Amino acid sequence: MNFLRQSLAVAAKDLRSEIRSKETVNASLSFALVILLLFSFAFDPSSEQVREIAGGLLWLVFAFAGTLILNRSFARELVNDCLDALIASPATGAQLFFGKCIANYVLMVAVECVCLPIFAVFYNVRLPQKIAVLFLVMLLGSWGITVIGTLFSAMTVNLRLRELMLPTLIYPMLIPALMGAIHLSGMLIAGEPLGPDDQIWFKLLVAFDLIFTMLALALVETVLVG
Amino acid sequence: MRQKIVIALALVAGLILAWNLHTMFLQVPDEKNQGAIFRIFYFHFPSAITSFVGFYIGMFCGVGYLVKKDLRLDSIAASINEVSLAFATIALVTGSIWGRIIWGIWWAWDPRITSYFVCWLMYVGYLMLRRAIDDPTTRARLGAVLSIFAAVDIMIVWKSIEWWRTQHPGPVLEIRGGGGMAPGMEAPLWWNFLALLLLFTALVLIRMRQESMKCEIDSLRRYAHAF
Repeated sequence: MNFLRQSLAVAAKDLRSEIRSKETVNASLSFALVILLLFSFAFDPSSEQVREIAGGLLWLVFAFAGTLILNRSFARELVNDCLDALIASPATGAQLFFGKCIANYVLMVAVECVCLPIFAVFYNVRLPQKIAVLFLVMLLGSWGITVIGTLFSAMTVNLRLRELMLPTLIYPMLIPALMGAIHLSGMLIAGEPLGPDDQIWFKLLVAFDLIFTMLALALVETVLVG
Repeated sequence: MRQKIVIALALVAGLILAWNLHTMFLQVPDEKNQGAIFRIFYFHFPSAITSFVGFYIGMFCGVGYLVKKDLRLDSIAASINEVSLAFATIALVTGSIWGRIIWGIWWAWDPRITSYFVCWLMYVGYLMLRRAIDDPTTRARLGAVLSIFAAVDIMIVWKSIEWWRTQHPGPVLEIRGGGGMAPGMEAPLWWNFLALLLLFTALVLIRMRQESMKCEIDSLRRYAHAF
């Protein structure tokens, strides 16, 4: 219980700071809109083909926009040596990391919830009847992005070129989760029923989330403190 | 002493490779369905397996560093991962050449190939991360964490052939449940494996020496700056 309480305190601090400044969410949303606009030049936005590749487009937007949130997660603590103060606080590295994960997750899911209807309007895509299943896929995929992104954000926070290093390191790592999320979202948006073969993608997403959450919690103390 | 071991390993590897090339091109006949290009398998398979094994040994050395905090273990990990990355590149390139002849395309986005490429990208990231960090202990620590994450992802690579349908050829060797190779065709593969393994070891030893010299130069430079 203490673990959760400390983590929630860190998450609440991050969310409060974000609600006051809105800098990350605004940047992330604007970036997502720019990507959605650029896609319209890459292919015919009114074609039927869009429904087939909608899952991929959607997750590219989520992954690119999400990186902006993740990049700022630890970088915002550099000012006035706040990161050192957080590490010296009674909260353990795992609690600090988990709190950051919760805050990033909330922000990412919020950005995704805004992007999804905009994407549907821009590209004339009907949202699936099984919207709850699509939402579940979004939650599972976003948690994978958040956990890996937050840990790597902690790893790269003190590096020069950190804005370049984070995407270079996390995108290859995220590919199994992105593959699963893209496949399932594509099927749902295209209105195709999910068969027994597709269950493996759900299992992959859940396994990915669990494995990397455990691994990140085990290693974050090493990353932050040494 | 180490210099002599490196030279001996490289010499033995070179001799086996030369003898093996003679066997492969002049004694082993063309494969019935694939023709002459099947010989690329003699390099593709050992390079892929050596790089896989290397990445895991690199990860264990990284874990060893995290436990013992001995920078020598970090230089072993870095050297092994770097040489493994070179071998992974050989596997990717030879696989691509084989695909061009047999499938008619240089690159098939088959899950196993894609996953292997992902793995390759992760280790390119590993080297980039190491280059971006000046402090040796931070470099060793973060390098070890990244290699643990990457090694876990390799497991997904390894299992992906069972999880997803694939156009990548199924297992060839009997030990992996395949039909096996014709008599006389399999022996050069294992000899090539041995030669590449010896070459791998020689390259790792050379790289380790460079890494320890780099550490020494860095510490001397810091010592000089202190005065």
